[in-house]
Amino acid sequence: MNLNEIIVKSLTESTLQVFSTMLGVEIARGESVVETSMPEANEGVVSFIGVAGSWAGTGSVSCSPAMACKICAAMLMCEAPAVNEEVLDTVAELTNMIIGSVKTELEQTLGPLGLSIPTVVYGRNFKTKSAGNTDWVVVRFQWDGEPLIVKLCLEPKEQAKHVMFHTSATESCALDV
Amino acid sequence: MESNVLVVDDSAAIRKILQRVLRQTGMAINTIHEAGDGQEALVVLGAQKVDLVLSDINMPKMDGLQLLASMKASADWRQIPVVMITTEGGETKVSEAVKLGAAGYVRKPFTADQIKEKLAGILEAALPL
Repeated sequence: MNLNEIIVKSLTESTLQVFSTMLGVEIARGESVVETSMPEANEGVVSFIGVAGSWAGTGSVSCSPAMACKICAAMLMCEAPAVNEEVLDTVAELTNMIIGSVKTELEQTLGPLGLSIPTVVYGRNFKTKSAGNTDWVVVRFQWDGEPLIVKLCLEPKEQAKHVMFHTSATESCALDV
Repeated sequence: MESNVLVVDDSAAIRKILQRVLRQTGMAINTIHEAGDGQEALVVLGAQKVDLVLSDINMPKMDGLQLLASMKASADWRQIPVVMITTEGGETKVSEAVKLGAAGYVRKPFTADQIKEKLAGILEAALPL
């Protein structure tokens, strides 16, 4: 299994587990892809969390405003008629839990990693881009027909690249670049 | 005897969920205090009687490990058990928390049963007879 496949598996399992445990709902998994071109324009709620260590990158969860309200209502068991601070906070925490679980899983392969505090953006017609040149591993989900997209981009820092270059022949997890 | 719990997390959503989950456990809890980071938690500890602290690790201003270290360095607070609630499943931060004197940890996402299982014995031991 290469690193992208490990990330897809981990993103999928973590997202399904967080929805099942914290919201009490089973969501459907859709396709998984690797985004190599400029990401499409975003609309709605997008949450980011930084990953740092010998490998660094960003995890992201995005959904429509309606989906964000629905997540908040299910997770906090309260009314959430419009996107407000509580809804954004809930999406941030959801991201923290999903990417946090992925981080824990990836640490078995990549060594210790750290997480930043999540940042949430809510708006229309904005584009997102990581400062690095890494592709995003994207896994799509659906809850009652509404999409939820979970992404992660990760690249080795110089030292890790060097180690990977010399050991990739025997590693079970080489990065496809 | 009923206990007082302090929940420390920068996410208001998680504080709200923990309030609900702690009530669901059926444990004898009187008041649940809240703080958004370690600094706020120290203010609450200075003003309220707290029997157990439930704290996130990753927080701005003062994180859960710094809060734990401050409490263990204080003669007034070192006996209060601290349970870490974290997405950090990796060994590094969890073992650091245990080394600093954490009474235990719970990983997010969590269920009410997991919280109850972790806290019941700790809370009972912390309360005066």
